[in-house]
Amino acid sequence: MPTALKTAVALIPLLPLLGFIVTLVFGKRWGSRAHILPVALVTVSAALSIYVFVCAFTHQETTYIWNAFTWVGAGRYSIPWGFQVDTLTGVMLLVVGVIGMLVHYYSIGYMHGDEGYYRFFAYLNLFMFAMFMLILADSYLLLFLGWEGVGLCSYLLISFWFRKKSASQAGKKAFLVNRVGDFGFTLAMFAILVATGTLQFTGVFDAAEHGNIAAGTMTWICLLLFTGAIGKSAQFPLHVWLPDAMEGPTPVSALIHAATMVNAGVYMVARSYPLFIQSHTAMTVVMAVGIFTSIFAAYIAITQNDIKKVIAYSTISSLGLMFVALGAGAWVAGIFYLFAHGFFKGLMFLCSGSVIHAMGGEQDMRKMGGLRKKIPITFWTMLIGALSMVGIIPFAGFWAKDEILGATFVKGYYVVWGVGLLVVLLTGIYVFRLIFLTFFGENRSDPEVQAHIHESPAVMTVPLVLLAIPAALLGLLVGVPPETGWLHGFLEPVFFDVEHEAFAWAGQGGLLMIVSLALALIGIAIAWWLYIRQTDVPGRIAERVPWAYRLSLNKGYVDEVYAVVPIGATLGFASWLWTFVDAKVIDGAVNGLARLWGWAGDRLRPIQTGRVQNYAMYVFGGMVVLVVVLAWVWGS
Amino acid sequence: MNALNWWLLLSFLLFCIGAFGVLARRNIILVVMSLEIMLNAVNIALVAIANFRGGAAAGAGTLFALFIIVLAAAEVTVGLAIVIANYRNKRTVQTDTYDELKG
Repeated sequence: MPTALKTAVALIPLLPLLGFIVTLVFGKRWGSRAHILPVALVTVSAALSIYVFVCAFTHQETTYIWNAFTWVGAGRYSIPWGFQVDTLTGVMLLVVGVIGMLVHYYSIGYMHGDEGYYRFFAYLNLFMFAMFMLILADSYLLLFLGWEGVGLCSYLLISFWFRKKSASQAGKKAFLVNRVGDFGFTLAMFAILVATGTLQFTGVFDAAEHGNIAAGTMTWICLLLFTGAIGKSAQFPLHVWLPDAMEGPTPVSALIHAATMVNAGVYMVARSYPLFIQSHTAMTVVMAVGIFTSIFAAYIAITQNDIKKVIAYSTISSLGLMFVALGAGAWVAGIFYLFAHGFFKGLMFLCSGSVIHAMGGEQDMRKMGGLRKKIPITFWTMLIGALSMVGIIPFAGFWAKDEILGATFVKGYYVVWGVGLLVVLLTGIYVFRLIFLTFFGENRSDPEVQAHIHESPAVMTVPLVLLAIPAALLGLLVGVPPETGWLHGFLEPVFFDVEHEAFAWAGQGGLLMIVSLALALIGIAIAWWLYIRQTDVPGRIAERVPWAYRLSLNKGYVDEVYAVVPIGATLGFASWLWTFVDAKVIDGAVNGLARLWGWAGDRLRPIQTGRVQNYAMYVFGGMVVLVVVLAWVWGS
Repeated sequence: MNALNWWLLLSFLLFCIGAFGVLARRNIILVVMSLEIMLNAVNIALVAIANFRGGAAAGAGTLFALFIIVLAAAEVTVGLAIVIANYRNKRTVQTDTYDELKG
């Protein structure tokens, strides 16, 4: 690795870490100026990320590896603190660096006046450090360091307003649910270490390519790795933490729970692609979980009333789609969608934050409406995000989503393709339900709130505009023509032996595009009809099929099931441990021993008469015994 | 059985009588007296051994006996003084009542 690149790669995570430490220690004194240092450092990191991206761009065939120092040395086994830079790293760095920087700027406006202002920026910087480490890591263990680091920051930032009970609960939930997935990840690392003796990507992948890992072991490794991804990327059945994570400040939702951290699972699976391509079972599981999560989350999103919850479920749905791509073997399409999704979903979240800001903290869409004229910048940028997400030509989301659907069709997963189209339809409905309820019609909030509706300050709207540009144009830049676009060539060195089953741009591919585009437009039309034209229809539908409505409104009752099965069982077991094992067995043993000695003392106490003659008797008796014993010993 | 053993048997019997007295009697005066019997039993044994064995043992044994007699005299003086002091406090010489050490 050249020295300039080394410096850049070392500084990218180091600067935010420095910002975190300094801001945490001194930030309180800086008051409302606490953002200056963290924002400046992240800006430099973002610039360096772009530089690294350019380096990866100019040396596409090279995989740079730099072992900076020995991190853990244990006997013959040592783990270096190593950085790896290839094109996949470059793409991820670009997403994380740029969006992270914009979210930092946005937060200056959004968090203004909050009592935890400095703390917020300190945590954001810590997050950037962990996320950069995750991306730049050259081994599973170092990736895991970043992985847990972003998890920690996610917890800290979800429960940022920790005085609010629901926020601290949501933080705990996210942390605990992620533990389940991370347990799988650690098991996978143990299995890899046993099977190959190393955790370095290069070593592991070499071993895999030379067939040094047995097929059964490989399947288990992949499934366990995917368990980690399920937790981090909020896939069914571990998706429950992500909607609750919306308790955190909106910039956090945009940065961590839409654009970067939740993509870590997708990135990890994509990074492990030499392992996954050897296990058909694991790939099928990845695809099945992805498509089920996608349709399930889209179904729930239709009836949610909290603006952020709708976007949260749409994020789960989108992540599901990425896993469909990975499972179907369309690796580049998955990363392409991740790339585009980072921008348009981050944009959607920041816009929703701007809406909430304008509405004075209101998140319920039933109390919004008619905001189009009052906050025009937010409206137009959010509309771009929405169109990109629904998949309208020529916005970024269209190309990415269409590539995934096309891949499933071409590879013969027709059921997955069909369900995917259904997801497209539902996405059109719920995203434009959000747009129509928020920006169109009459405002349904209190007159007092209405009087205060205002566009956000420039520090918030400029990031929106800057994000709207890639959300709109990214697809045209890197994804056209489909399956052979620039990004494909760029990522080819990473996913080197993937079979390309490119479909003709004008023939079959064109037909597939028309179908999905038509469904997206139908979805928008349905949303328009239901929420602008015939506003009484949604209520009537809910009355006609109450079970379907309630299943969706109550998020598929997953939380309720968890409250009974794992949580109820755990609480029951804990209660049994307390009332029986602790109170009866352990306390019984301790008290029983005390009673035993008390009883023995009662029996022995009469010996202590206080009369010297009795004691002399014992001495004499003892002497007699001694003499007898000695006589017997010496005699024999 | 030679003559020494007879003397040692006497000494042993006297020691046992004395020990019994020390352990079993309830009158403190008699306990002190029994103590003296035990000391004299030991004296008999020492002198007897000194007499029959001869040599270096002869002088040492006799000397030991003389020391014990002197010490016993001193000990009885102190012992009886304690007995009298105790009697003045408790108005009794019964050892049963001396149980202040009881825990």
